[in-house]
Amino acid sequence: MTYVVTDNCRGCRYTECVTVCPVECFHVDEKMTYIDPENCIDCGGCVPVCPVAAIEPDYRLAADKKFWIDVNRKRAAETPVLTGRLPPLPGADARRQELGR
Amino acid sequence: MTGSALDRADADGFRIAVVGSGPSGFYVSEALLRAGVPLSVDMFEQLPVPYGLVRFGVAPDHPKLKLVTAAFDRIATTPGFRFIGGVAVGRHVAIDELRESYDAVVLATGADISRSLGVPGEDLSGSHRAGDFVGWYNGHPDFRDCQFDLGCEAATVIGHGNVALDVARILAKTADELRRTDIAAHALEVLAESRICEIHVVGRGKPSQAKFTAKELRDFLELDECDASVLSRDVAPDDFTPDNPQDPELAEKLALLRGFSQQVSTKRRRCVFRFGLSPRAIRGRGRVETIAFAPPASPAIEDIDCGLVFRSVGRRSTPLAGVPYDEHRGVHANNEGRVADGSSVIAGLYVCGWSKRGPSGTIGTNRGCGMATAEAVLADLPALSGRRSSDPDALLARLRHRVARIVSYRDWVAIDAAEKRRGAPLGKPREKFVSVADMLAAADA
Repeated sequence: MTYVVTDNCRGCRYTECVTVCPVECFHVDEKMTYIDPENCIDCGGCVPVCPVAAIEPDYRLAADKKFWIDVNRKRAAETPVLTGRLPPLPGADARRQELGR
Repeated sequence: MTGSALDRADADGFRIAVVGSGPSGFYVSEALLRAGVPLSVDMFEQLPVPYGLVRFGVAPDHPKLKLVTAAFDRIATTPGFRFIGGVAVGRHVAIDELRESYDAVVLATGADISRSLGVPGEDLSGSHRAGDFVGWYNGHPDFRDCQFDLGCEAATVIGHGNVALDVARILAKTADELRRTDIAAHALEVLAESRICEIHVVGRGKPSQAKFTAKELRDFLELDECDASVLSRDVAPDDFTPDNPQDPELAEKLALLRGFSQQVSTKRRRCVFRFGLSPRAIRGRGRVETIAFAPPASPAIEDIDCGLVFRSVGRRSTPLAGVPYDEHRGVHANNEGRVADGSSVIAGLYVCGWSKRGPSGTIGTNRGCGMATAEAVLADLPALSGRRSSDPDALLARLRHRVARIVSYRDWVAIDAAEKRRGAPLGKPREKFVSVADMLAAADA
């Protein structure tokens, strides 16, 4: 198994996940973060710290979100590792409220 | 290699001691060494081997979590980092002596004392701290001589955290399910002869209040010879309905428990999750025979017969001489990572990880925690400059007369390689050395 970043991250990108990842397996582009499934050790530490509940274990994803497993794998291979927190994207707090979080 | 294999630390810059080599010790070191400030870190560890609870706490059948040691090894090879193994702070060197030699001292000593239940009979033969059992099956030198009599048919684990589930699962697994893990050989031998067929995992709360995680609970779906169950009399129909539908973790946990409550047991062993029961007394003639439980604030006693009990109701940190202690929280008294006696901060003394915030969170939680403590250290360093009166290398020279040997990270690499060689013919990732003498011999080989 692995953990997967899903659509709630887009437009927020809070990056709290990065500070608790024990193995630095988060990658980043201008939109969101991605988990490298090869390096993730399944500790699950990132799940409760995400302000918008964007991260889930792969087996718990709804059918219409399963495609995020491949997106994470592919984008993690194409993007750099994020080693520290970034400021959230502009409008993140508004989007968070919109998501009811 | 000898103690002189310790590389010389950078003589310029700040000198920082980290006490403890578990996750939080490594992560505070990482944050300090990455700060771009001239400094070096000496990590003190009482055993010859690093990684703390990743080696001695994480269950042997959770190998993926142990891959985190690759991150620790990366931190350990950062210039400016030294491992000083085999030196027990508080025994071989006092906190005050460390503080005289370092600009800052960070305690990352963990939470190694199991809390007691506070009920009669707790010390009967057959009643054990869960932490002792965990240390034993993980080959911790301090627990290798513990005796666990698995000749009885029923065991009870008191507590609903992830450690309780680890203990129950190790009891539930067959020797074949454990044989190719890094479980200590002495434990595998005893577990292979276990006659236990009923395991009660008892907590005082409702299913929604259990502290264990869904991920740990899922492991019980995949046991070769053990079914999981929940007794219908312990739960109300809506106990499996999450209050907060927005919480997928809780929803999964309750769905798993609901599944257990509907399952028919067919396998040789059964693990029964019990709810709403607090222990009142452990009874037996000379050894554990039964545990009296009652619902909180109720006189209705239910006896659970068993020959073995594991108490898993939390942990606290061992107090250190010279360090104020927070009795209520069971940690070194601190103000967001700065050790403090009441409102007065002790200059140059810090804490991180479980000994700062108590035993909670995953391995990664300690990374954020270590970073936060490192920020406090870095903010204070300019003011701490010139405070220390001695040199760390002079301290190490004195320590060489107090301990048989100071273990370097290179020594650990040799011990690590020897353990892996021992494990290979058995199909195990490693066969751990379970005595300090054997660890030291491997470092010398």
